[in-house]
Amino acid sequence: MTALIELQAISKNFSGIHALREVDFDLNAGEVHALVGENGAGKSTLMRVLGGEMRPSGGRQLIEGEEIRLAGPTDAIRRGIAVIHQEMALAPDLTVAENIFLGQLPAQINWSRLNERARKLIERLGFAISPRAEVSSLPVAHQQVVEIAKALSRDVKAIVFDEPTAVLSTGDATRLLQIIRDLRADGVGVVYISHRLDEIYAISDRITVMKDGRRVGTVTPAEVPVQDLIPMMVGRPLSQLFGDKPETTIGDEILRVDGMCLPNGVRDVSFAIRAGEVVGLGGLVGSGRTEVARAIFGADPVSAGKMVLKGRPYSPRTPKQAVRRGVGLVPEDRKGQGVVLDMAIAKNATMANSARVTTAGFFRPDAEASLVQELIRSLRIKLGSMHDPVSSLSGGNQQKVVLAKWFNANPDLVILDEPTRGVDVGAKTEIYSLIHRLASEGKAVIVISSEHAELFGLCDRVLVMGEGELRGELQPQDFEEEKLLALSMMRQSQPGTVRPQTARETHA
Amino acid sequence: MTEATATNPEPASPARRFDFMKAFHTYGTFVIFLILLVVAAAQSDAFLSERNAMNVLRQMSGIGIMAIGMLFVILTRGIDLSVGSIAALGSVSSAILLREYPLPVGIAMVVGIGAACGLLSGIFIAFFRLPAFVITLAMMTAARGFALILSNGQPITLGAPGKALSSFGTSFTFGFPNPALLMFALFLIALVVLNFSRFGRLVKAIGSNEEAVRLSGISVPWYVLSVYVISGALAAVAGVIITSRSGVGSASVGEGNELDVIAAVVIGGASLMGGRGGVVNTFLGVMILGVIGNIMNLAGVPGYHQQVYLGVIIVIAVVLQNGSTLLRR
Repeated sequence: MTALIELQAISKNFSGIHALREVDFDLNAGEVHALVGENGAGKSTLMRVLGGEMRPSGGRQLIEGEEIRLAGPTDAIRRGIAVIHQEMALAPDLTVAENIFLGQLPAQINWSRLNERARKLIERLGFAISPRAEVSSLPVAHQQVVEIAKALSRDVKAIVFDEPTAVLSTGDATRLLQIIRDLRADGVGVVYISHRLDEIYAISDRITVMKDGRRVGTVTPAEVPVQDLIPMMVGRPLSQLFGDKPETTIGDEILRVDGMCLPNGVRDVSFAIRAGEVVGLGGLVGSGRTEVARAIFGADPVSAGKMVLKGRPYSPRTPKQAVRRGVGLVPEDRKGQGVVLDMAIAKNATMANSARVTTAGFFRPDAEASLVQELIRSLRIKLGSMHDPVSSLSGGNQQKVVLAKWFNANPDLVILDEPTRGVDVGAKTEIYSLIHRLASEGKAVIVISSEHAELFGLCDRVLVMGEGELRGELQPQDFEEEKLLALSMMRQSQPGTVRPQTARETHA
Repeated sequence: MTEATATNPEPASPARRFDFMKAFHTYGTFVIFLILLVVAAAQSDAFLSERNAMNVLRQMSGIGIMAIGMLFVILTRGIDLSVGSIAALGSVSSAILLREYPLPVGIAMVVGIGAACGLLSGIFIAFFRLPAFVITLAMMTAARGFALILSNGQPITLGAPGKALSSFGTSFTFGFPNPALLMFALFLIALVVLNFSRFGRLVKAIGSNEEAVRLSGISVPWYVLSVYVISGALAAVAGVIITSRSGVGSASVGEGNELDVIAAVVIGGASLMGGRGGVVNTFLGVMILGVIGNIMNLAGVPGYHQQVYLGVIIVIAVVLQNGSTLLRR
């Protein structure tokens, strides 16, 4: 049988660096072929070649046995290859239907027919999203659905999913996996890139492991169990991922939130956190976790409720006031909110606190360099030069730069929103140990994550949110995914009338 | 049309090509400037004369001073269309104020007026988050109007304290025209501020990623406000300098200058999308603009034709600047 797509000995050089070295890859119709490896292993580059966005420096590309040379993404789409990227490529101000049919709009548009077709496509995916809604008004998960619908609107033979579930909650991710199974049943070839190995084992027919721009091997899930796959990627077994939690002494209360309500639907959230504690904030995406974090950091307004920070009333109206009072935030969108990508690593690292390296508003280059050098060593950031832009780093190291910024500012409360999203396994472990270090230095730490294993591995207790409410709290003996989901999805009270009991019991 | 016409990959020397492009990206403006100098020298013997060089420097001093402020504004991803009009207001008000007040006081007041114009624009842009293009367009109209009202539409000859200004503007120190020396000094200050101060660094960072800066606990609006104040103040200084050269305050000073200033900054490689641009390259951008005008004057190109050539040259310069981005892939 001829493979649907075959890549033979693909190489790609960037300015002398070998991003891909003679990689072979093939995809059959009606199979899910997973692609795994640490960030920087070359997965995305390989898929860019496959999708016609990049020309390889060497190698051959065959579609249904015929050698071709893709002229660009448009050419790839015409041949039935669609790539759904990590960073979504939708036009935010256009409607769902307009986005789906963008590039294939007829000169004379019959809007009601177009909207109807869009609605049908989305329904086929098992979602109900209005085709007239503007994309910017949709949650990320729904935007992803629109991307997939866009791909399906054309006659598609192969779809590449580049980390589709990184931004999705567990429920949405499960539905996406079902969509992928349906696509496979329809005879579509699917390439699936993910850092979530449980998903990969759930749906893949074959798995190709990449490392440092080379193909390590192609295996089936049956012949290589998870614990053997991770060493293929990094050379480190799964159990060592979280490391040992160091002994920390729980100190005084750092932050107390009482009856917080936000304009965006978060209602009556109350909890407290002490020095040295790592508290998880779990629940589905859209349950209000990020909103609570941003409100504590003064990035978004609060409509009601009180906060007390280190014994004094706390109501930040800007992040600046929050930072002054000793609060730091590692935001969920690393590239959009965490770092200034084009700016040097050193300059990013000292952005939140440059008091120690400036005199009268002017930097002392030597002082700054030695401070940053110390941060790089302490956080084990892998880089060429501290004067290189942050964009030159891998995802994990970019995230460490964000962490360095806060290690340098030395706040009492650090909030980390999805700290390991899109970060490879190796860097994840290091970020976990940095989070432990923050706690052992006596800081209060709040971790938001959609990966439940991460919350359970890291946190002393996990607060669970659902639909804008705090629905309960899990202690370590209750750290089970089912319990978390049950809490998150079960409504316990009428909105706004009764406060979640668990939150008040804590430290009462 | 698809990209079917694109060239085949050149696996032979990606490393060498990249280095060349990178170098060009950094020194592109300088290369363009050198090429222009060579062309100019070949075109006309008069070009290389000291007298001509000093003329170009003096002519460009107003544009140059405004370009410094514009660079800061553009780095934050903003734009200031009001610089030419504020220069006119500076010109007229200096002529009026220097009849009554001694030179330092009068100049300080004029600079204050320019800063106040920038402050007003800046408040709307930074705190009410209105588009800089529209707000500074409004300021461009209003400031010009004020200049016309104050001057009654007539040129105003400099009074007694103003004579000192005139003599400053028309004389030389160390062989350089004073206005050019002032421009050099301001460029030098800008160089230090942009590269070594917290302010300069944050201005650049805001243009690259405002949200990341805000979430680092920095009050972005104050920085945005500041760049418009700086731009307004420097535009007023430029107005005073132009007045010092001519000896007359006029509401028609700086007409259309905002476009020359933006062109100079862009030729200097700054990105209108913010975050990218430098002081040295902006200075070279100003000089390129000056030399182009000068060559065409020396070669006897008629004024109307000059405008067309200038447009073409700006496009060529910007295409060369962005060559590495265009050719990446």
